Amino acid sequence: MRAVVIACWLTCLILAPPAIAQEKTITLPADHAYAKLRPGPHSDLAQTQCQFCHSTDYIVMQPGGDAKQWGAVVTKMIKVFGAPLSEADAKAITEYLATTYGPPK
Amino acid sequence: MGQAGSLLLAGGGLLSSAQAADDPILAGRPLVRYPEKTDLILLTSRPPQLETPMKYFDRAITPNDAFFVRYHVFPVPTSVDLGTWRLKVHGRVDRPLELSLDELKTKFPATKVIAVNQCSGNSRGRFSPRVLGGQWGDGAMGNAEWVGARMRDILTQAGVRQGALQVTFDGLDKPAFPTVPDFVKSLDVSRIMDDPDVIVAYQMNGQPLPVLNGYPARLIVPGWYATYWVKNLSEIEVIDHVFEKFWMKPGYRIPDTPCGCVEPGTAPARTVPITRMTVRSFIAVPAPGARVAVGQPVTLKGIAFDGGYGISEVQISADGGATWRRAQLGADLGRYSFREWSAVWTPPAPTSYRLMVRAFNGIGESQGTLPLWNPAGYLRNVVEQVDVQAV
Repeated sequence: MRAVVIACWLTCLILAPPAIAQEKTITLPADHAYAKLRPGPHSDLAQTQCQFCHSTDYIVMQPGGDAKQWGAVVTKMIKVFGAPLSEADAKAITEYLATTYGPPK
Repeated sequence: MGQAGSLLLAGGGLLSSAQAADDPILAGRPLVRYPEKTDLILLTSRPPQLETPMKYFDRAITPNDAFFVRYHVFPVPTSVDLGTWRLKVHGRVDRPLELSLDELKTKFPATKVIAVNQCSGNSRGRFSPRVLGGQWGDGAMGNAEWVGARMRDILTQAGVRQGALQVTFDGLDKPAFPTVPDFVKSLDVSRIMDDPDVIVAYQMNGQPLPVLNGYPARLIVPGWYATYWVKNLSEIEVIDHVFEKFWMKPGYRIPDTPCGCVEPGTAPARTVPITRMTVRSFIAVPAPGARVAVGQPVTLKGIAFDGGYGISEVQISADGGATWRRAQLGADLGRYSFREWSAVWTPPAPTSYRLMVRAFNGIGESQGTLPLWNPAGYLRNVVEQVDVQAV
């Protein structure tokens, strides 16, 4: 009996149609090194807080801006995208960005 | 791509091709290889945004693996199970639908359209004064043959109710945090019912879509910017009002002026959603900084496109825009497609030349010699130029 069951199990395995691939999966690379923020006061804070939601190449690629422009970006991250930044951290990050990624010359 | 200085034989007179690194907007950006993709120019890693190198725009159809990638929120879908994926259609309809990919393919007639998919902010990096936002070079565009089900057939199957005004489109990309606005776009019901070329595509250049280009299905809105072409589409809702969530308002708006532009550096009084693409044309060969041989003919090549009237003429100039002559147009693949163009040019003297290209569409629209400006960095369509050196 047991032999029959095993035989059938093997046969069924062999005769069963191949499973149709229903799932497609890709794996994305980690953040690229070019996204690393330049050193400067509060750079660690900016790196940690910003990359919580997005890679920091979003910052590195920008033409740069003054405190008003970067302040508007940071405010947008808080008000529109819900970034949980304290007022002090938002101020420090804005200062860092306006200093390190200042207006285009 | 070979080393800088590699010999290209196209046209005979083209001695060498410069690297994209000479381009200030692309300088420093690494070439990266993502799943189902060839080497593309990295804009951002997370969410992924990848740009197509200009060398691919010497032909009408952009290969799937070279097609640009643009997502708005993270995480993006990295796994799709067709056993459970359904395209839901609900809202103000008589018969809500949940379509499997198989049903999408068999229940509706398959229709084909060759159409350009271009990011609203393509070439934003070239704005002056500069604007914040994704600093694309010119590679946030591509052209493919899309096959899918007509969106109006799907709506007819569902039965649109009285009072329906717009349709919203949502994909599998869902932000990790509930505070981040989900990427949802809307079209008027009439925009869909009047246009048989608005389709839900499940095939791109004869293949399933790459995951990063919207597998298993994406919306195709020929003539309109890519912001409406929702990827990894999963949910369609018919609504009785104008949808004004973040990615429709304040996102993706242009000044409510005839040119969609304002004085550089100023803010518009009113804005409207961006829609139809402007006329553009590009020189893919030779590349900027290429060296060409005096007295030897060089074949200039590239593409032109517009928002759906079709390209009727392409002109090139080899003297910085002082004189223009007609280029030869390639096969007409339809009014929404890239149109290939080529022109043979023989540099007469050993000096530098500014090559320029401009296109005209079926209603006489063309490109300006001075760029138009708006604060979001959209609609760029200035005449493009490539400087080469004859030796």
